[in-house]
Amino acid sequence: MPGLVPGIHVFLFPGHDEPGAAGVVMTYIAKPKFHHPGLPKNDLGYTHRDYEGKISTLCAGCGHDSITASIIEACFELSIEPHRVAKISGIGCSSKTPDYFLGNSHGFNSVHGRMPSVLTGANLANRDLIYLGVSGDGDSASIGFGQFAHSIRRGVNMTYIVENNGVYGLTKGQFSATADRGSKSKKGVMNTDNAIDLVAIALQLGASFVARSFSGDKTQLVPLIAAAIRHKGASFIDVISPCIAFNNHAGSTKSFDYVREHNDAVNRLDVITSRDPITVDYAPGSVQVVEQHDGTRLALRKIDADYDANDRLAAMTFLQKHAAKGQVVTGLLYVDPDAEDMHTHLDTVETPLNTLEAKELCPGSSALDKINASLR
Amino acid sequence: MSVQSPISSVNDFVVRFANVNGSGSASANELFARSILRHGVPVSPRNIFPSNIQGLPTWYEVRVTEEGHLGARGGVDMMVAMNPQTWDKDVASIEAGGYLFYDSTKPMPTSKFRADINVIGVPLTAITNSTYTDPRQRQLFKNIIYLGAMCALLDMDPKIVEQLISEQYKGKEKLLSSNVHALHLGRDWALQNLKCPIGLQVKKADKVGDRIFMEGNSAAALGAVYGGATVCAWYPITPSSSVAEAFTSHCKKLRHDPETGKAKYAIVQGEDELASIGMVIGASWNGARAFTATSGPGVSLMTEFIGLSYFAEIPGVIMNIQRAGPSTGMPTRTQQCDIIACAYASHGDTKHILLFPEDPAEAFEFAAQSFDLAERLQTMIFLMLDLDIGMNHRLCRPLKWDDARQYDRGKVMTAEMLDEPGRDFGRYLDVDGDGIPYRTYPGTHPTKGSFFTRGTSRDRYARYSEEGAVYADNMQRLVRKFETAQDMVPRPLQANATKPTKYGVIYFGSTAPAMDEAIGLLEARGHQLDRMRIRAFPFHSSLASFIADHDFVYVVEQNRDAQLRQLIVNENDIDPVRLVPILHYDGTPITARFIASAIGDHQDHLKVTPLRKAVS
Repeated sequence: MPGLVPGIHVFLFPGHDEPGAAGVVMTYIAKPKFHHPGLPKNDLGYTHRDYEGKISTLCAGCGHDSITASIIEACFELSIEPHRVAKISGIGCSSKTPDYFLGNSHGFNSVHGRMPSVLTGANLANRDLIYLGVSGDGDSASIGFGQFAHSIRRGVNMTYIVENNGVYGLTKGQFSATADRGSKSKKGVMNTDNAIDLVAIALQLGASFVARSFSGDKTQLVPLIAAAIRHKGASFIDVISPCIAFNNHAGSTKSFDYVREHNDAVNRLDVITSRDPITVDYAPGSVQVVEQHDGTRLALRKIDADYDANDRLAAMTFLQKHAAKGQVVTGLLYVDPDAEDMHTHLDTVETPLNTLEAKELCPGSSALDKINASLR
Repeated sequence: MSVQSPISSVNDFVVRFANVNGSGSASANELFARSILRHGVPVSPRNIFPSNIQGLPTWYEVRVTEEGHLGARGGVDMMVAMNPQTWDKDVASIEAGGYLFYDSTKPMPTSKFRADINVIGVPLTAITNSTYTDPRQRQLFKNIIYLGAMCALLDMDPKIVEQLISEQYKGKEKLLSSNVHALHLGRDWALQNLKCPIGLQVKKADKVGDRIFMEGNSAAALGAVYGGATVCAWYPITPSSSVAEAFTSHCKKLRHDPETGKAKYAIVQGEDELASIGMVIGASWNGARAFTATSGPGVSLMTEFIGLSYFAEIPGVIMNIQRAGPSTGMPTRTQQCDIIACAYASHGDTKHILLFPEDPAEAFEFAAQSFDLAERLQTMIFLMLDLDIGMNHRLCRPLKWDDARQYDRGKVMTAEMLDEPGRDFGRYLDVDGDGIPYRTYPGTHPTKGSFFTRGTSRDRYARYSEEGAVYADNMQRLVRKFETAQDMVPRPLQANATKPTKYGVIYFGSTAPAMDEAIGLLEARGHQLDRMRIRAFPFHSSLASFIADHDFVYVVEQNRDAQLRQLIVNENDIDPVRLVPILHYDGTPITARFIASAIGDHQDHLKVTPLRKAVS
């Protein structure tokens, strides 16, 4: 048997012919299927429960669980068919979360820092699904900084969410590259390295939808996620998501308290998916309406009256100025209503590539005969 | 001038052109090779080039071989010495009685020549300078002028060369006529001033048949088109870049929707090899046929993802165009040095499927087949080419495709299947006993068949688990799957010696043409060898029988550490003493002369009558 290493094989599971069954549920806690019959339903007839996943194994109070809840809410409100989403992540606490939402979607917990390439490939194969990339600050700002940058550059049609807590949670509290210079670790160590601001980088690299939010502000976050999903192009959302275990102390700039105190929201967003006229009464000059390719309208209720979410350069300047003052700028920071995605650039067929069959892909023997003839 | 009689040979000699990189010589030299082919005489050309764009020495070698020996021969019968930088070494490499062709515009001291060779001077610079004023034209046409002179010296039919030029410059009349003019300039000068032809001559024959002349990289890329690859993600690296470039040009001709003009493929140049393989894995996970092309350093970078492909069971194809390692090694030199690195790529217990094509025709076939294998076996497939096959034109049988052939998309559960009553979907459930589970594509069904793909351990239903028994169960199934693969991959090809023998030889990939030729040389020395060409890993059971049937077996390969031999010993539990390594690893393609000499010497030692026998 060339496939087996010769010798004695010790099989560790006598009598365990079916290891998938009882006895191994230790790490798998089933969620009760029961739910209230009066739960509200969306346009497709689905309830919130249809967008949920497994029970979270993250620490109680983790900011990431609030983001999970916001993703569920956004997908419910958009009436997305749950199985039409592909959830892709890297490695880390944040990357575990796709298991906790959209249980009827395929998920892919890939390799540390490599979510963007896996997502890019998946998107190349089938342009019709909705791609949700979930990553963390270690995953995207350190080991996967290059892949983050290049997926944004390429305009991959995706919603790229970084659950940003400034630390490595799973390995117990080391600084990540988004930790601010001068912030303190739980052990009292001062961070002396400069921070990477993923929002600033995303803007510079041409992301056509850029937002920042806070896991503790669901009313801001849910419409941002919904708008990003409806955006055709590279959408990036940096969500400050405090780590309850390792980065929620005094001296941290990613703690609940710090972010609440320094949150500088430039706007509030309403996502209007219907074609109906906007009926909400906005005070004149207080709202900026952006229409996206698919007809979705984004009504930006201005908090900062001078902020123009269609001006990339102004957004970059604004961010730098406010960051220097220690403020965390949140809201929809930039959106390009005329965004193009990678498939537009590649001029690929409308049909997903993964559905093409031999008759569409294989040139056949007569074409080969011609090629042979040209090689003599 | 020489005491040595000049080499005299019709349709069996080696010409080497010594040029400067970036001087435009490549197309003239290739024209020379193709012209001989059009005489009906097989040729085997090889580029010998540095890792450089302009200014360094480069050589182009053409073996003219009516017998059809397509491996490198070794030695040079005629040197076209166009590079003063390498003059001494070039002159020294000519066989005694051979020919030296050089630009005689400036007189050379006699010390720069050898007494035992035949010197042919043509004032190329003088001819070009008197004809052309533009410096670039002087450079380019000088190449065609020496081709013209060679035409006269070797008694080649100028009409054949003209025909090739006209095919090359079809629609560009100005270029056509100026090239033909330059050709005759050189030819006429030689006819008027030199003794033509020399001892080396090309005579029309009928030994090429319907064979085609193609580079392995281009053939592999075409195989990917025929095999239904729709996603190619790659990062430039010598000697593999021309795979992706050829895939691009093949797709431009063959893969656009006739109505909309849109592309039925996607090619992305990644930011590095990690991203390239990540895209391949993402696309394959999502049900497209995807591949990357790379070389050793790229494989090193990809190994983490390769482990994921093995463990999470995601298809994919890596075309590894091997070059001399380790590290940056010799980027433009050939070796078969990534056998172990690919067979066991990644941390943890892994094994991967390797295919070893011998030439462009097989590269085409195996490339197409690799996508069926990848999807059927849900794992990474390595197509193991090397620089010698990949970047040289090789004469090979025409490419064939059976129009009745369907793609084998493997075990994929559809929405209809998921809805069948009693159907149980477990992503890692071995329902058929072959170790291969069913998978579903993302987006298949609203409520059934979704699962969470991960590189962490999980149970048969794709649920996270760190239970030892669950982990071991999965690892054993992966072994079963690898055993299943054994009967799916291309089998070894065996050829017996003309007389019964106790000895065998195993070889693979680009060693094949040199091996075929070496068998004849060895027979002439009285040594008989049965031979087996390995075409894939995992090894077929016939390999173990072949070894068992012989007293010992030579394993010929192009690396230092006898990597295939190691793999055979390791996987088949073979006594290493039974496998004698024959190793060539200086970066040049292995030659029949080398093999015949190494095996022949070893065999000669065996022929010493043992003392015991002599006494009894």
